[in-house]
Amino acid sequence: MGEDTSAIVLRGVAKRFGHLTALQGIDLDVPVGVTLALFGPNGAGKTTLLRLISTLGKPTSGRMAILGTDTLNAPEQVRSQIGLISHQTLLYEDLTARENLVFYGRMYGLKDTADCARAALDAVGLLDRQHDRVRTFSRGMKQRLTIARATLHRPSILLLDEPFTGLDASARTLLSRMLEGLRQQGRTIVLVTHDLQQGLALSDRFAILNRGRIVAQRTSADVTFSDLETLYETAIQKGR
Amino acid sequence: MPPFFRHVFAILWKDLKTEARTKERLSAMCFFAFLVLLIFNFAFRPGSTVMQSAAPGIFWISVTFAGLFGLTRSFALERQNDCLMGLLLTPADRGAIYLGKTLANLLTMIFMETLLLPLLAVFLNIALWAHLFRLLLPLFLGTLGFAAVGTLFAAMSMNTRLQEALLPMLTLPVLVPALLAGVESFQAILSGAPFSEVVPWIKLAGAFAVLFVTACLLLFDYVVEE
Repeated sequence: MGEDTSAIVLRGVAKRFGHLTALQGIDLDVPVGVTLALFGPNGAGKTTLLRLISTLGKPTSGRMAILGTDTLNAPEQVRSQIGLISHQTLLYEDLTARENLVFYGRMYGLKDTADCARAALDAVGLLDRQHDRVRTFSRGMKQRLTIARATLHRPSILLLDEPFTGLDASARTLLSRMLEGLRQQGRTIVLVTHDLQQGLALSDRFAILNRGRIVAQRTSADVTFSDLETLYETAIQKGR
Repeated sequence: MPPFFRHVFAILWKDLKTEARTKERLSAMCFFAFLVLLIFNFAFRPGSTVMQSAAPGIFWISVTFAGLFGLTRSFALERQNDCLMGLLLTPADRGAIYLGKTLANLLTMIFMETLLLPLLAVFLNIALWAHLFRLLLPLFLGTLGFAAVGTLFAAMSMNTRLQEALLPMLTLPVLVPALLAGVESFQAILSGAPFSEVVPWIKLAGAFAVLFVTACLLLFDYVVEE
């Protein structure tokens, strides 16, 4: 399969749940260091696609490679290269911020988990709250800790599933700023969002998914927001 | 340490730390087991000979129902904030996740049993202490089999709406050999039977534990897959 410069390669990927086809004929290339925004209405298959890329599910047919590694042959190797941020925090409420990161550090096989956890907490501005239980955190603080958890093992690929959901304006700004920082570090990012304007601003490329198919793909710099709105509407109408 | 066991101990540490902090599961399990003992204590006349023969059954009834309650809660921890997805996203072998959860459930149950045994001796007025050493192995093997099967089924039923009802329905029929071995070995030891009479039940409990720990280790991957 392997395009050397591609972080994510999907060829003819389909996913079916019984009679329901969630994804079909997905061909996708995401080069290393590129941020791809995935748009689409509810039920388009965006989250299913992220789950397949993160090896949480297996495709019914087709092939997938992450940084040149086949996801079916070496899922553990693929998972060590991936970080996922979703609207769920994946954090243990009754552990402290530090304990959560130390636990995930051990699961990712990091050598000095305590130092890694400290550095990650410092990066998201939560060092002074490191010994507090996650239960006591606000939504915005939890999302910052989620970013620390997802980037703790320095993954090459970050998958973001509607990470802005439920955040207030200041937390959204903070998250956008942190994502910009991660982009500048050269991480490959796949961002699933309903917010066309934000998605366009944060991405290098975008794809529109509808009814389990990719119906449009463009370079973000080539289109304005109003172009994207028109393209999105047309793509969704066509799929109906 | 090989990564597999590092992951097992990380999960064990996380579960025990959470339990030590919240005591949610343990307090409910112990209270439930205590209640069962108390009810049976009222049902039998103090000092009756029936108590002696009913004691192993009463003990395992308490352990079974309190254990099932604890197992239901064990995956509630992973359901909150979709933490199971967080675990599955790590490069850890699925078997290590299963083993870590099973060990945490096993230790929680052993802790409950440690509190339950003295209460059993007091409430049912049985001479437990003289037999305690011989009881340990069958008790451990029975509990290990219970935790092995229960952890798998708890994971299987965690996302169903009727988890509380489904878990006993799935688990209890499979657990029959382990419970039988547990009750019979307990009975034989309490009645002072020679050890040769206890050995077959210990073998049954041991075989059950080994078989189901191995099988569940291999099956867990399919259970947590979507």
